[in-house]
Amino acid sequence: MMEQELKDKRTCLYDKHVELGALMSPFGGFVMPIQYAGIAEEHKAVREKVGLFDVSHMGEVTVRGKDAERYVQHIFTNDIANAPVGKIYYGMMCYEHGGTVDDLLVYKMGENDFFLVINAANIDKDWAWMQQHAAGFDIDLQNCSDAYGQIAVQGPESEQVMETILGIPCGELTFYSVKTVGDVIVSRTGYTGEDGFEVYATPEYIRQCWDKLIAAGVQPCGLGCRDTLRFEVGLPLYGDELAEDITPLMAGLGMFVKLDKEEFIGKEALAKQKEEGVAKKLVGIELADKAIPRHGYTVLKDGQPIGEVTTGYHTISTDKSVCMALIESQYAALGTEVEIQIRKKTFAGKVVKKLFYEKRYKK
Amino acid sequence: MAKVIEGLYYSESHEYLKVEGNIGIIGITDYAQKALGNVVYVDMPDVDDEVEAGAEFGAVESVKAASDLNSPISGTVVEVNEALEDAPELINQDAYENWIIKVERSDPSEVENLMDAAAYEAFCEKEH
Repeated sequence: MMEQELKDKRTCLYDKHVELGALMSPFGGFVMPIQYAGIAEEHKAVREKVGLFDVSHMGEVTVRGKDAERYVQHIFTNDIANAPVGKIYYGMMCYEHGGTVDDLLVYKMGENDFFLVINAANIDKDWAWMQQHAAGFDIDLQNCSDAYGQIAVQGPESEQVMETILGIPCGELTFYSVKTVGDVIVSRTGYTGEDGFEVYATPEYIRQCWDKLIAAGVQPCGLGCRDTLRFEVGLPLYGDELAEDITPLMAGLGMFVKLDKEEFIGKEALAKQKEEGVAKKLVGIELADKAIPRHGYTVLKDGQPIGEVTTGYHTISTDKSVCMALIESQYAALGTEVEIQIRKKTFAGKVVKKLFYEKRYKK
Repeated sequence: MAKVIEGLYYSESHEYLKVEGNIGIIGITDYAQKALGNVVYVDMPDVDDEVEAGAEFGAVESVKAASDLNSPISGTVVEVNEALEDAPELINQDAYENWIIKVERSDPSEVENLMDAAAYEAFCEKEH
């Protein structure tokens, strides 16, 4: 354990977390805070008021130059053609076979100037993939992951906190848009299903923001509740709902895969999969019992395995045992009765929408 | 500091055993409940199930993860704490008061393999 922690990187806020008494644990190559006050308490702070997350572990890549837009179009499933400056797009990078390299955000900072936000655990893999597919493009590609610190301010009171505590005017930012204040990047984005903002800046600036917010009484939140929050609103996590062998179409993310785009890596395989239908589909399952389905548990139909749980919790907002699971498509219809093997017993459940709590974005 | 009670037996996987004649009362320790955080579900065996020393007999779940429960002794389950079905958080309130199962012991000598309060306290110290 100690050796593992020593190998893991620290974010620019590491000492702040230790000072606050956070439970620290390795995640995605970093030693990260899992919880401070407790997952449930932090989760509720974000749903009801506002919470502060250190997400400095996330990776950042810039793409600039004459062919920047054409390059992003090549590696990204969503369509950024004619995008206005300041708009943000969610989508995936896919393998030729349609499986997922990573899911990411693309920020359009200027004409032929893009800022890509990738998952911490995938930084090395993504960076290699991006470089490998940059041949023939006149671009300047930079991995700036170590240069940026990042915080997320999430919850219904986040706008007020951003403006009054941090002095960053952001009321005019619409959902999934970005602006810069000097060299600070501010976007109306997040991973909780609530209104919120993410701030990318130098480690020094991020540390100042953190101190101000903590001094103002904003609840620090760990990765524990980041996962319960994103799960409740059906947002995927790479490694659970997306993977090399899980395509965006299987994960129900077809709206972020623009098959009418001229070309992108994986387009052919994904178009074929769309035409033929996916063999497995990501669904929600609600259990009648309180037992909790966890990642990797088997989903059964009449005693026969039909898939696996990707993420499951006893939800904090709605007090139900629910999960997302990747199961054979023929059983994916809403209301289908299935079972989940939890240790020695099987528990009855039914297929439901994979949205266990309504999102409350400010559009 | 986690509470340790004199007169109980303790396992390395943080279960306690209270012996009352041929009955063994089994639960998780205060140290274990603190490490888990909010308990949201307890998976318990059925009455008449056999349990075996060192083997899994159920699980305690916090928000984040499931932790196996291992039986400190062998025997037959004679009672499960049904109050935990509706109120698993009782374990966080008092882990010693809120036991999980009662077992009719099949081998009284098995307690010799468990730690006493002093040894368990030292064990937790080291783990921490």
